[in-house]
Amino acid sequence: MDWLLDLTPDEWNAVRLSIKVATVAMVASLPPGILIALVLARGQFWGKTLLNGLVHLPLILPPVVIGYLLLLSFGRRGPVGAFLAEHFGIVFSFRWTGAALACAVMGFPLMVRAIRLSIEAVDRRIEAAAGTLGANPLWVFATITLPLILPGLITGAILSFAKAMGEFGATITFVSNIPNQTQTLPSAIYTFTQVPGGDAGALRLTLISIVISMAALVASEVLARRVGRRMDIE
Amino acid sequence: MTVVVDISHRLGDFEVDARFESAGRLTALFGPSGSGKTTLINMIAGLIRPDKGRIEADGRVLVDTDAGRFVPKHKRRIGMVFQDARLFPHMSVASNLRYGRWFTPTAERYADINAVIDLLGIGALLDRRPAKLSGGEKQRVAIGRALLASPKLLLMDEPLASLDEARKAEILPYIERLRDETKIPIVYVSHSVSEVARLASDVVVLAQGKVAACGPTGAIMQRLDLLPAEERGEGGAVLDTAVLRHDNVFGMTVLGSVAGEIRVPLLAVPVGAPMRVRIRARDVMIATEQPTGLSALNILQGTIVTMAPGEGPAVEIGIDCHGATVLARITEQSRQTLKLRLGREVYAVVKTVSFDPANMSAGLPVEADG
Repeated sequence: MDWLLDLTPDEWNAVRLSIKVATVAMVASLPPGILIALVLARGQFWGKTLLNGLVHLPLILPPVVIGYLLLLSFGRRGPVGAFLAEHFGIVFSFRWTGAALACAVMGFPLMVRAIRLSIEAVDRRIEAAAGTLGANPLWVFATITLPLILPGLITGAILSFAKAMGEFGATITFVSNIPNQTQTLPSAIYTFTQVPGGDAGALRLTLISIVISMAALVASEVLARRVGRRMDIE
Repeated sequence: MTVVVDISHRLGDFEVDARFESAGRLTALFGPSGSGKTTLINMIAGLIRPDKGRIEADGRVLVDTDAGRFVPKHKRRIGMVFQDARLFPHMSVASNLRYGRWFTPTAERYADINAVIDLLGIGALLDRRPAKLSGGEKQRVAIGRALLASPKLLLMDEPLASLDEARKAEILPYIERLRDETKIPIVYVSHSVSEVARLASDVVVLAQGKVAACGPTGAIMQRLDLLPAEERGEGGAVLDTAVLRHDNVFGMTVLGSVAGEIRVPLLAVPVGAPMRVRIRARDVMIATEQPTGLSALNILQGTIVTMAPGEGPAVEIGIDCHGATVLARITEQSRQTLKLRLGREVYAVVKTVSFDPANMSAGLPVEADG
């Protein structure tokens, strides 16, 4: 076991960075994920199919394409990137924040799908009942809808986290593979496979990656079950 | 408190075009399924926006399409009890009950949580989840939840329809207490003659989206033609009476009504308590002279005031007994044999044992003479 945990500082940094990137990507995409899922599940408007297609693009396009598109729009010279850098001092390109953005975008369709399904399963008549008791639509959402879709939120969040842990193509295209800065676990593994004698390092990181992903999955299962039991939905 | 509804609304092929006004303590919207009663109550609650028309409650205009006014449901302060309870599955019974209180301005909170829990007998359920409740318990909690929002009007949409007879019998007394002990006016949707006769002070009869009749329960229940075919057998006169005395030797209670004394199986209610009885038309016999040597104990004297053909061989005869009309359903053959005609003096005969819990209930307080 010792050889497994005997990581170099660079490798540890890759592990830490991956967890940080995945967590930030997951947390940051939750609010827009809920909003888009709500709009897709309940809204009736022109262009709904288009929005749905847009959300699902990262699922069907090669990750490299997404990474390149991010580079074009969020890069230092890209329209969005330049604006954000100038007005808010937020820079994405070649920073860990860029990796988080790429991971968030790649995991977004999975998250929206899970949340959307759970919103569609909510009995709207129960929300109507809350309305007759005096709750305005915002309160109904906060006290009825949100608690009822909690299992879906957890599933969506974990899917996004897991996707972020494994994201490679978009990340490496957008923010490259700079050790200690943008080198996530998959990039580090890739680097090991490109150098002679890197097999042991690649295997170590692979096993760590499996452990983290499995732990996240188990945690979500336990959490979802506990929430489900607490609710005891009919 | 008056409820005024005057709306027209189109739902696919179905058109609701209804107008009524009621100031009753418990107004029943009565009609077969598909008559538009649930649509109407949903409009009063604010769950459906009518195409055209006006809804008023307690002088407050809730909907006026001409003026472009539509008060959203959460601002109406109208409680609603749904057929399927619709409790919040992620909250305990106690949290369900308290939900509406949050949104009620403190000055307008009149409902006391302990009083409501006592009224509905749900004190033992407070820590439970809705999934662990029986159908009857769920419905009682749903009633409590609506009451605790301190509504100005309470709507009940077939609250008993999804329950079996035993559960119905469990809940009916609570609804009676609600009607008699709280001051909230109630609008109650039902397709059951026995529920309406038992609970309502006023009835609005709906058929195919239109109001077929509207008035006090006693008057409406005599119009057997208004009842849906499968409920005709349940139709009959509704009399508001008061307990005169108990006869413990024979196990009977004597009720006083304008029509005369009525003997029913012993009731566990105090002398003087108001009771409402429904005398089914099919349970009433007619005699042309004071019967003797007859087992039936209730013999009410009166004159024939209406005669209408009923289903099959039956005729429905209305007998005015000192101001209260009793209905009898007899065969056309009997009518001819007895030479019954309007204005003739007859005796309506009702067996004591034809009164059962389904046609007797705690009445709305009335002044009984007799």
